[in-house]
Amino acid sequence: MTTQTKTTEGPLRSDETLILKPTTGWISLNLGDLWRYRELVYFLTWRDILVRYKQTLLGASWAILQPLMQMVVFNFLFGNMANIPTGEIPRAIFTFSALLPWNLFSKSLSDASRSLVSNRSMITKVYFPRLVIPMASVLSGVVDFLIAIVILIGMMFYYQVAVPATAWMLPLIVLLTLVLALGVGLWFSAWNLHYRDVAYFIPFLTQFWLLASPIAYPLSEIPAQWQTLYMINPMVGIVEGFRWALLGGDPVPQLAWILSISISILVMVSGLFYFRRMERTFADTV
Amino acid sequence: MSEIVVKAENLGKKYKIGTAVDRSPTLRDAIVQAARWPVRLVRGELQPRSEVIWALRNVSFEVERGQVLGVIGRNGAGKSTLLKVLSRITEPSEGYAEITGRVGSLLEVGTGFNPELTGRENIFLNGAILGMKRQEISRKYDEIVEFSGVEQFIETPVKRYSSGMYLRLAFSVAAHLEPEILVVDEVLAVGDAEFQRKCLGKMSDVANEGRTVLFVSHNMSAILRLTNESIVLEGGEMVYRAPTQEAVEFYMSSGYAQSSERRWRPDEVPKESAPFRPIALRVVDPRGKVGDVVRSIEPLTVEVEYELDEPIQGLRVGIYLLTIRGDLVFTSFDTDSPAEYEHYGTRPAGRYVSRCQIPADFFNEGQYVLGINASSYRVRRYFQDEHALTFSIDSMGAPGKQWPESRLGTIRPRLNWRIEEQFS
Repeated sequence: MTTQTKTTEGPLRSDETLILKPTTGWISLNLGDLWRYRELVYFLTWRDILVRYKQTLLGASWAILQPLMQMVVFNFLFGNMANIPTGEIPRAIFTFSALLPWNLFSKSLSDASRSLVSNRSMITKVYFPRLVIPMASVLSGVVDFLIAIVILIGMMFYYQVAVPATAWMLPLIVLLTLVLALGVGLWFSAWNLHYRDVAYFIPFLTQFWLLASPIAYPLSEIPAQWQTLYMINPMVGIVEGFRWALLGGDPVPQLAWILSISISILVMVSGLFYFRRMERTFADTV
Repeated sequence: MSEIVVKAENLGKKYKIGTAVDRSPTLRDAIVQAARWPVRLVRGELQPRSEVIWALRNVSFEVERGQVLGVIGRNGAGKSTLLKVLSRITEPSEGYAEITGRVGSLLEVGTGFNPELTGRENIFLNGAILGMKRQEISRKYDEIVEFSGVEQFIETPVKRYSSGMYLRLAFSVAAHLEPEILVVDEVLAVGDAEFQRKCLGKMSDVANEGRTVLFVSHNMSAILRLTNESIVLEGGEMVYRAPTQEAVEFYMSSGYAQSSERRWRPDEVPKESAPFRPIALRVVDPRGKVGDVVRSIEPLTVEVEYELDEPIQGLRVGIYLLTIRGDLVFTSFDTDSPAEYEHYGTRPAGRYVSRCQIPADFFNEGQYVLGINASSYRVRRYFQDEHALTFSIDSMGAPGKQWPESRLGTIRPRLNWRIEEQFS
């Protein structure tokens, strides 16, 4: 939807004129409109969090139980059976610290991908920048992440792992995770409106992606000649970086950082434009 | 004061049938399409041959600040599409509209309500979805709660609300939006009478405050009461604009209402029909009026008017009732009852009206087709017209209307449900 504003302020002001007309080709991101609807992002995030564990017995403890159970399974498979080394870091912390950014990513990604379809009643009834929907889905994943990180801190006390000075980078790595999750989520959510196949594809994708990321095994387990190819997966830099920033150990190769950051940003920016382009037909196709 | 706040210029909106309306295309379709691309390139068929319908076309009008404009039209005339375009939900396919000021749409109240959240939480959420600021919602919160009349349950999840409470709360939030331009679609068809009165009052308040209202409804009395000017849409185009009284008359009479009455001119009746000569078939409401739309909660009368030039033995005159899709709902003849059958063993020459009543709470909403048949069993069929007229049933007030979903099925009887608790 093209919204050319004659005056400087946004769609909620009484003194401005909106022009509604067909759009063709690529259109601007109209981030100003998004900014004016920032409170809606907040409210939708808040709703997703409030509703998520309603009518569950264990409530928000699921945010802890899920990664814990995953950790137990992974440790059994990769530790007891495959016997993959984790260096000096206790295996429990090794796996758990990687599962945190991974779960934030995969949960945000799959929630965001489904978000447009599950909020279709809003899309067909009210105008607002549609971007707020996937954004809120991604942000609501942060709460689970924060709950789980409390457990991680507890585990670190238990195993007496010292926090290195690099821990200040953690928020930036989390931000990068969100950027990537939103980027992929934007593409998938727009596709999902047209092709519901996407909803069936995502569980498979995240499972495969999980195994292709250094979660239960370290990056060093990958044969040297394959490492560059492996690092094209932007989650490699994120997961390794998160573990390194929190626990120390081998520094992450520079190439992994560069690839992670540039691919994440590329996916998000392209996702934003693609989403905006598809947005005008959302209400008609949903 | 005559400032134009809504200006539509040749607005048009098209939909592709088969893709946009019926279902989402699957990935498989896309792959198949892509695979056929070279074939179509060779054949010069790059434009997919999907059928396009214009839900709205060439609609131009202006609305002044403070004006309350009614939008009238049958189902599918483009009313809802027009409102969707003006409230930015979907973008026009051609033409443009200029809108000055904030648009609030009540296309459906309670948008984004979450059943798990409490009334209070939903007020904030719904307010934000409708475009209100948090501060603004906080400021009006008490007023919203009071207007809705659900104070005691405000901390209860709305899934435990009665449908009436739910609706009242939803409408209250929307009514406190205070947009410069309010777009309303049929919300008044729901809720109890007292709440409807409250809503109408709120709407005229809005209008009196100098706000602009676009009001779509099938309820002609509400349109007449609330609006001073109206436009009439037909087949996606604007066919009439006039002071509401005139517009309503135009809508109810010219072209539309005739569908509830069919008259046969002498030259339309085939010669083989003699001595039976049909004159008219009509659907009449309890007030004796022949209207385009009949309410399902009222009984309706079907009248067949005809003349017999000679006496006919064993004549039965009857009706077929079909859905608009052509499924037969029932057949009935005027001599079905043994008494009438005995009495009219031979029907003398003369002019007759055969009349029957279809009880209230029989039809579901939608369009129906009425046909007639005049025959003598196993002797001869004199006249038959299976599609003599169509009429519409409006299900306002029908059982189950507290849920705004559409009911499947041809009939919508009011059944005598009882719920008994079983103690074991």
